Amino acid sequence: MRRITRIATVGIASAALALSATACGGKKSSDSTASSSESSSSSKSAAIAYDIGGRGDQSFNDAAFAGLEKAQKDLKIKGAEAEPSEGESEADKVQRLTELARKGNNPVIGVGFAYAPAIKKVAAKFPNTTFGLIDDTSVQDKNIANLVFNEEQGSYLAGVAAAKASKSGKVGFIGGVEVPLIKKFEAGFTQGVKDTNPNAEVLSAYLTQPPDFSGFAKPDLGKATAQGQLAKGADVIYAAAGLAGSGAIEATATAGKWAIGVDSDQYNQAGLSKYKDKILTSVTKDVQDSVYNLIKSVEDGKPQTGEIRYGLDKDGVGLADSNPAYKQMTDVTAAVEKAKADIIAKKITVKTAP
Amino acid sequence: MKKFDKDKVLLAIAGPALALVSAFLLTMIVLAASGVDPIDPLRVMIDQASYEDVQVLILNQAGIYYLAALAVAIGFRMNLFNIGVDGQYRLAAMISAVVGASVSLPGPLHVALIVLVAMVTGAFWSGIAGVLKAKRGVSEVVSTIMLNAIATALIAWLILPKNLGVQPPGSNDLTTGDIPESGWFPALTIGDGLEVYGFTFVAFALGVVYWFVLNRTRFGFDLRATGASESAAQASGVDAKKMIMTSMLISGAVAGLAGMPLLLGESHTYNLSFPVGIGFTGITIALLGRNSPIGIFFAALLIAFIDKASAGLDTAGYAKEIGTIMQGLIVIAVVVSYELVRRYGIRRQQQKVGQELAAGHALKTDNKEVAA
Repeated sequence: MRRITRIATVGIASAALALSATACGGKKSSDSTASSSESSSSSKSAAIAYDIGGRGDQSFNDAAFAGLEKAQKDLKIKGAEAEPSEGESEADKVQRLTELARKGNNPVIGVGFAYAPAIKKVAAKFPNTTFGLIDDTSVQDKNIANLVFNEEQGSYLAGVAAAKASKSGKVGFIGGVEVPLIKKFEAGFTQGVKDTNPNAEVLSAYLTQPPDFSGFAKPDLGKATAQGQLAKGADVIYAAAGLAGSGAIEATATAGKWAIGVDSDQYNQAGLSKYKDKILTSVTKDVQDSVYNLIKSVEDGKPQTGEIRYGLDKDGVGLADSNPAYKQMTDVTAAVEKAKADIIAKKITVKTAP
Repeated sequence: MKKFDKDKVLLAIAGPALALVSAFLLTMIVLAASGVDPIDPLRVMIDQASYEDVQVLILNQAGIYYLAALAVAIGFRMNLFNIGVDGQYRLAAMISAVVGASVSLPGPLHVALIVLVAMVTGAFWSGIAGVLKAKRGVSEVVSTIMLNAIATALIAWLILPKNLGVQPPGSNDLTTGDIPESGWFPALTIGDGLEVYGFTFVAFALGVVYWFVLNRTRFGFDLRATGASESAAQASGVDAKKMIMTSMLISGAVAGLAGMPLLLGESHTYNLSFPVGIGFTGITIALLGRNSPIGIFFAALLIAFIDKASAGLDTAGYAKEIGTIMQGLIVIAVVVSYELVRRYGIRRQQQKVGQELAAGHALKTDNKEVAA
């Protein structure tokens, strides 16, 4: 008797659950607003779905947000944002994009390559919405704009500057997580160093291995690794490690050596003002403008589509020169300018993998 | 006899109920203390859960959690703390994805092969901890935690394009290649394009198997006996070392299944953004569900609900981390309230036994007197 009741309970419970999912009458999380926004306008609101870390990472996501903010101000549109949760799966990303698209946002921008499979699925269901995908060209469609950057070109210039500024002939590279994207930074940097000073040595280190993405988030890891490289004699350190890079900058600046920042111009970042004198330069990646341009193109009725590449030629990537000390090193800036001209003129091809 | 059962049921429910109520109260206190409306976020979350698409997300996630929690619970019943479910699950998902993408078989066979490979991989990885425990007496807590880290490093190496991985052109992701459609598990489609992974039902069915094996087979009895007291079980003829090995292997095999709903139903490949931490959530759920298949089922639903419903807090202007706080508080509350309820239960039992003994004694002497 007892056995039967307990088996029955399990059965009933799972059946009830399955039913509750089917019988609940097709109400969707985006229904309430979908009708109103669809009728009012086709493109008056843009949406961003962030990568892990979300807004406030002082790096990638913040740059995307800055683009949205600019569009809100200049184009008088509304903005919507959504952040991922840790440990979420592809289904959650599909859900997030679907919800944003169904609420009438156009364009919907996925920040980071992790959105590629989800955008492929969702873009097919919303042919009239433009989807932006940053850092990925593997997924293509009429209504997908792939916003990609030649990070290796910017990093090459950083390599040139590092090799010129280094006295010890040893420079360091710190990558946040060993993923292909960050390897692009390493490849460009190493090539830039070697082309400038063939005898220079590049010490390379990665903070974590995927799927452990804490290497983009933990400044203490960046600090310890930078200290290790300093101890080995490096006197210029380039950290492509998101928030963890600030730890590397701290360690390098404290030791009185040169640090090179990444993504945005870290010389001007409030959180790093204590160390800014030792931030030689930063490899910038203009995520902000890429986001803004995409939103503007949709507003103008000519949505971008396909691969939109931002390289040195369009100032999509580059080297910041806000540190006066950097501008005074004329031999360094001259070498960087020459390398930049050579890359744009395609006299130098920068490798994308080490 | 019947009355005693009712007491037991009440006590069993009192633990989780007390834990949940106090966790929710504590959450409200935290919210109020940080100057946020303590009620409205909860209302938003419940509101979220009334939507069909969120329900499907919750159900799918609950299936994944259910498998991870079952894997943990099998260990718990044996008094083994398998913290390595996360590593076992990820390694199993990765290896089975590689195998699944490299072969082409007719539908059911293809799926069966992927599932089998996942189970074998998971069992292999937990088996290492099992061997260490059975042969060398190494604490499975330490070895499984370390094996998690080794699994991470191993996957990171295996997924490199020069080894087993694939980097699709133009992508910054690394995958294991796509599993052909014959290796996809059919899903239950609801409404327009909402899919409940077929494997979710397999997960819940496995709960019935779990219950049956533990409570209705000799193996299950041996396992529970060894868990309760290794030396006593050994004295009564159970090979404790063999039980450690077997339960570790089964725990790992089930852990290996935890990746299947996603792999067979959604992503069809293992990539860099495959979820991490499922195994740790599984520990919470197994604790909350008190290792019972029904308890785990509801616990998995609850945690999945908090996960998915809290995602909607963002758009309502609240921090979605409220969900994380809630889950953390539940874990603490569970541990405390179970201990409280256990002590209360023991005290109550002692009182009752005392009373019954006294009453029985009186009755007996009465009888004696009558007989005499």
